[in-house]
Amino acid sequence: MRQIWIIAKRELSAFFDSLIAYIMIVLFLAFSGLFTWILGASIFFINQANLQVFFGVSYWTLFIFIPALTMRLIAEETRSGTLELLLTKPVNDWQVVAGKFLSTFILIVITLMLTLPYYFTIWKLGPVDHGAIWSGYLGLLLISASYISIGIFASSISQNQIVSILTALFIGIFFQLIFGALASASSGFMSSVFNYLSIQTHFDSISRGVIDSKDLIYFFSLIFLGLAASEIAVAKRNIVDK
Amino acid sequence: MDIVVKNVTKRYGTQKAVDDISFTVRTGEVLGFLGPNGAGKTTTMKAITCFISPDEGELSVGGFSARDNPEEIKKNIGYLAETNPLYQEMAVLDYLRFVAELHGIPAGEIKARILEMVNTCGLEGEKHKKIGELSKGYKQRVGLAQALIHDPAVLILDEPTAGLDPNQIVEIRELIKNIGKEKTVILSSHILAEVEATCDRIVIIHKGKIVADGTAGELRKRAQGHEVLKVSIEGATDANSVFNDLQKLETVAIVDPLNFSTFTFEVQSKDAQSSRKSIFGLCVAKGWYLTELTAIETKLEDIFRELTRKN
Repeated sequence: MRQIWIIAKRELSAFFDSLIAYIMIVLFLAFSGLFTWILGASIFFINQANLQVFFGVSYWTLFIFIPALTMRLIAEETRSGTLELLLTKPVNDWQVVAGKFLSTFILIVITLMLTLPYYFTIWKLGPVDHGAIWSGYLGLLLISASYISIGIFASSISQNQIVSILTALFIGIFFQLIFGALASASSGFMSSVFNYLSIQTHFDSISRGVIDSKDLIYFFSLIFLGLAASEIAVAKRNIVDK
Repeated sequence: MDIVVKNVTKRYGTQKAVDDISFTVRTGEVLGFLGPNGAGKTTTMKAITCFISPDEGELSVGGFSARDNPEEIKKNIGYLAETNPLYQEMAVLDYLRFVAELHGIPAGEIKARILEMVNTCGLEGEKHKKIGELSKGYKQRVGLAQALIHDPAVLILDEPTAGLDPNQIVEIRELIKNIGKEKTVILSSHILAEVEATCDRIVIIHKGKIVADGTAGELRKRAQGHEVLKVSIEGATDANSVFNDLQKLETVAIVDPLNFSTFTFEVQSKDAQSSRKSIFGLCVAKGWYLTELTAIETKLEDIFRELTRKN
């Protein structure tokens, strides 16, 4: 556990030292602020004291930004050889993967915490369903964790960061959009399968304030699968090298 | 800690990078690992550091098996890889702190240990810089520092002086010699003179197999059972007749003319024989005088080339 934290700490520092963290935070807040308060179906337009708009926008901004955060996590280390050196230290494949996951997740938590002023603002503006707000944030955290684990997997199967980000987006779009579309396009058993696979289904469910075990199982399975697949990819790389 | 490699084989696809090799390194010994590029040196070192696992054979460090207890082995090994991969955007001190923490050095000791490494490896002026800003020599020193920081019993150094300037090479060599006194060290290199200067024993590997294993002295003796002398003679008129007369000597096996105009020859004696006396006697008899009579030691380079040229 300690090793995981040491790796996470290093990775988090790297995010901030490289300015990636700052850029990501600024862009995320810019997009969120723009579409929540100013443009289109903003809070003022809808005239309701809830953050549904924000959660809807974040559903997409996180989907796009997270692969950009994760693309270098393993691909760069494999390419530069630092992964090789890391694995000759008293650290195993799982700790490396988990550490990188943790660091990215913490970065997302920080980013989301910076949107708390939105919460306090609408609190002042009108009657707020606090439970809905918290479950909305929970939903965002869960989809973030899912995309981080998919992103790390995509980073672990290539030494090229561009391939990584594209792979992450490609896999992600199935969960984000395609399964949902297939669910509408089909019927009966197939429809319910696609429905269950779609992240939209579970996100909507949790943001409504219903924390069903079905949804939690879905998210944790997805997160776990992504990280397990990453670990296998890292372990196999040991042998393929040079 | 001893390192024991027994019948280790490692394949990449169908090719055997390392083929049934066995050798031992005792505690406190500095082993020089020599071989042409692609011979299997780096593969062997990676197997010892538990980065890769062999397909066949047993590897153990300090009694711990690489198969069953890689974590224990990793705690006791410091590894300087051939490419010396480092996190370019990290400052030297931050990087050393990261490595120290990974190795479980207690928080209270970390600062002292880092400063010790900075001192030992001569990084005082560079410690605040980002690793990417350092010259190759200093990067190499950072690599060495991260290999030493946890005071491991075993050091695996893959071409530690590659790319360094002559001054830096001397410094690193001194460093290795000092460290090597109490640790078990495996050092790979192409610079044969360096291996001879720093190592107690030499293993030469070629196409995945070990072709020599012994001290520099032993290897020489094995390769050269014959005395070879460089002879220069003056006072003679005809180089050809000198050549013939030398060949006729009882103890002489082969005469190789090096330079006819200066009457210089290379004289190889028969097994376990010495020709100094007979050459001297020949010169006295013919009225020539010797201007040079020196023993030629087979250079390690030549032994290496001979062993790694054959198939």
